[in-house]
Amino acid sequence: MLLSLAALLMGPALQAATPPAPHAMPGEEAVDPYRVDPANVGAAPFTGDGMARAFGGQHGIRRIVDRFVRSNFADPRIGEIFANQDQVRLKRTLFEQFCYILAAGCTYTGRDMRSAHKNMGVQQGDMNRLVENLQRAMTAEKVPFAAQNRFLAKLAPMRGHIVER
Amino acid sequence: MTARLSFPTIIGAATLAATPVAAQQIGAPGKLLLTNGISTVEGAAGGGLTPWATIAGNATRDGIGGQASVTVAELPDYDFRSYAVAAGLFDRVELSYARQVFDTNKVGGALGLGNDFAFDQDVWGAKVRLAGDMVYGSRWMPAIAVGVQHKKSLDATVVRAIGAAQRSGTDFYASATKLFLDWSLLANVTVRATKANQLGLLGHGGALRDDHGVQVEASAAYQLSRRLVIGAEYRSKPSNLAIAREDDWWDAFVAYAIDRRLTATIAYTDLGSIATFNKQRGLVVQLQGSF
Repeated sequence: MLLSLAALLMGPALQAATPPAPHAMPGEEAVDPYRVDPANVGAAPFTGDGMARAFGGQHGIRRIVDRFVRSNFADPRIGEIFANQDQVRLKRTLFEQFCYILAAGCTYTGRDMRSAHKNMGVQQGDMNRLVENLQRAMTAEKVPFAAQNRFLAKLAPMRGHIVER
Repeated sequence: MTARLSFPTIIGAATLAATPVAAQQIGAPGKLLLTNGISTVEGAAGGGLTPWATIAGNATRDGIGGQASVTVAELPDYDFRSYAVAAGLFDRVELSYARQVFDTNKVGGALGLGNDFAFDQDVWGAKVRLAGDMVYGSRWMPAIAVGVQHKKSLDATVVRAIGAAQRSGTDFYASATKLFLDWSLLANVTVRATKANQLGLLGHGGALRDDHGVQVEASAAYQLSRRLVIGAEYRSKPSNLAIAREDDWWDAFVAYAIDRRLTATIAYTDLGSIATFNKQRGLVVQLQGSF
């Protein structure tokens, strides 16, 4: 009992002392420790390089993610959900997630979708708005619409881990 | 001190309590573009001919939405109009109403009803989405909904004269709808129990049959872009009247989301034989507004 209380009290201090994970970018805020596992990505990656090519490879994916993240932070409707999020980390982990699922030669080091979206208060309409921002970012990068939908098909089953009931 | 709450006070308090929730919904992000479908000629949200397991309006499960539409079909021997409104509650329940006007032009004269005689009908509908989601969740789990449509002809004397057993009747249906993102393809299947003659415009039941039969309806739609969809629909129909054969219906459509609030649809439809006049094929145009 006493021991667990001590652990509870020391927990935050221990975390604060934890050095940033080796895959973190400079400027990222620390997150609670988690087990790094590509399976955290939440979808089975595509096979073959067709989808990676449709998205313009890693360069295209990076431009899509940058545009997508910027538009979400600037969004008049859902921007406030992102206001307190770590944009540097989000850009990195989203890039990894997209790149890994699209089989464009990356691994995923981020958290699973349930942990990453915990207590964010995402509602269904917010998620739809986010999907539309992603569609705009993919369209701006000239990703064919059918390929956009094939990618969204990988993300759509994650809804239950993102939207709060 | 005893606080005595008058009825208006309670209503006032309830309104105040409800306002922040309602206000939150105004302008809130809604359904994905086009996923509220268009208005069927019977008022329910879906394709043009057949209801889908989607709920009318742009609201998600956190709000209330609605849609209103005008549909015009120009056929060789008839003109058809449908004016429809539908409300969608929390992406769960849909309530709809449609007024249908079927103008017989010169056929009316030939049938002894007078030129431009119009069959009019009210359709009151309710639909509940029981399970699943059209877009999200498991890719093999469709949205599933059940619904009723109560139809009442406003021309009781005439529909009885042409052999209908009743002027009014109720359809029961179940729909399963899924947008298969892998193929950009939306598929819908609806099973309907009905004895309506030509949607109920010519009453319900007749000499050939006077009980509910099972009809099958299907839609397929391909997404060309966020705003543009092409598709086709089929709807089987009963043939209860002795005086006139009734055919299954088909259409092929293009729907375009002008913006979040406005959807325009153009279709080519084959309604077969209607009141002994065959090959009723023509153009259908619908404009729908939604919030």
